[in-house]
Amino acid sequence: MDFSVFGYQFMQNAILAALLGGIACSIIGVFVVLLHMPFIGVAMSHAAFAGALLGLWLGFNPLLGAFIFCLGAAAVIGPLADRGQLSPETSLGVIFSLMLGIAFLFIGIIPNTRSAALDLLWGSILANTRNDIIVLGVVAALVVAIVLVFYKEIQATVFQRDIARAVGIPATLIFYGILFLTGSTITASFSSIGGLLVFSLILNPAAAAYQLTYNMKWMFILSAAFGVLSSWIGLLFSYFFDIPSGAAIIITSSVIFMMAVIFSPKRKVKRWQQEAVKDIEGE
Amino acid sequence: MTDPVIQIENVVVSYRDSVALRGVTLNIPRGEFIGIIGPNGAGKTTLLTVVNGLAHVLQGSVKVLGRDANGPGRHELRKQVGYVAQAVAIDKRMPVSARDVVMIGRYGRLGLFHHPGRHDWQMVDEALEMVGMAQLARRPIGHLSGGEQQRIAIARCLAQEPEIFLLDEPTASLDWKAQTEILELVKRIHRERRLTTLFVTHNFDALPHAFDRVVLLKDGRITGDGPPDELVTTESLSLLYNLPAAVVEERRPHLHKGGR
Repeated sequence: MDFSVFGYQFMQNAILAALLGGIACSIIGVFVVLLHMPFIGVAMSHAAFAGALLGLWLGFNPLLGAFIFCLGAAAVIGPLADRGQLSPETSLGVIFSLMLGIAFLFIGIIPNTRSAALDLLWGSILANTRNDIIVLGVVAALVVAIVLVFYKEIQATVFQRDIARAVGIPATLIFYGILFLTGSTITASFSSIGGLLVFSLILNPAAAAYQLTYNMKWMFILSAAFGVLSSWIGLLFSYFFDIPSGAAIIITSSVIFMMAVIFSPKRKVKRWQQEAVKDIEGE
Repeated sequence: MTDPVIQIENVVVSYRDSVALRGVTLNIPRGEFIGIIGPNGAGKTTLLTVVNGLAHVLQGSVKVLGRDANGPGRHELRKQVGYVAQAVAIDKRMPVSARDVVMIGRYGRLGLFHHPGRHDWQMVDEALEMVGMAQLARRPIGHLSGGEQQRIAIARCLAQEPEIFLLDEPTASLDWKAQTEILELVKRIHRERRLTTLFVTHNFDALPHAFDRVVLLKDGRITGDGPPDELVTTESLSLLYNLPAAVVEERRPHLHKGGR
């Protein structure tokens, strides 16, 4: 195999983007999985998609459009999840379909956007600009810093929000902060990782980590490792077999998730069960 | 009545389409052990959340430990109020150990930017010891039984070092032995830590001798407030639950007859 490609700027950028996006998205994924709101990622990434198209249409930076739409979605999702007249998944589903509708509306009315729209949906990790990487780097650093600094508040809030509030933690603020971070991460990952891929990079690594550990710190670390690993392996496959990078990354992260399901949680549960059986036999 | 730590004045609380409390006034002096009983939907849980400032109070005033429970100081207040909520199903795979859950009790007091130190873990381990859960401390919280999870919740409140202790049917859905043990545990904690305790329960067997005072709630109003052996009678229960006195007597033959 020819590894000289790693000497090129575009490949180095792609590897860096995969690292930063992998870390940011898969840490956000831990929140999404533990809050039992997997649809947040889909709803927000489609909001970002619609916002980016609006930017294309009106001629301002698509990233800005994506960011505004993401924050708007977060501002709607938060109270809906809080008040809970509908189940959060139902309201997220409605937001998701609305955003998809708006996105298609823009695709329909803006002339010659189809290929630009497809680029947004799939991203172009091999065509990153320096700016993309800087934005990704800033957001990834922000996500990691916030998890480190507010770890205990975050842990309590994702475990049981009511209890977190009852012990005097500003849990509502933390919850909205998480939604805000989710929106920022999706926006920053959008142009390099793409609207579809960002969702799988949020959900799959965290879901895999969830199968493997009973320790929340480890879940964050494992999830970030899986995120980076899927991005890098996907990138390699994409290059050597000449397949779309987004698809390769999604499939890699899904395979990691499936392996996690096969290999670990049941064994752990079985171990508890075996202990119980031993107890019974010992009596 | 010296030094009332909880002063609830004519409080109205409502959720979207229903009124949960309709003008409740209640004063509780320091150190009392109070049982709250009433039918489902009477507003018992809401009354507890009024005390720790989680309820949305529409009208009236709530002063707890000298603070306005709905004012800007409510986060500070909550740090001094331990709250055991009704049991909820916890995901078996939740990556949080029993010991971590107890530590959450200390998080409020620690405040932002402070990480738990050795002293905090020591408090956590003492609390686990006191509720008899030291051996299961490392287990994932979702793997514990309902009764064990309630003990962990009580340990969490102990680690919080509160002045007021609120318990919302901590013994519901537990078997008789676990119910008695948890009530004994709460009484012991109440005594040793000199707390003021509000305990929502349906466990009438334990009521008469367990509590200093009983508050009866029905349709968001207080319908009775006084010593348990005067209030937990066939007559009052038949009024409280809309059951004919004969039926109450049949179901609870050992209750004191009214006006004993």
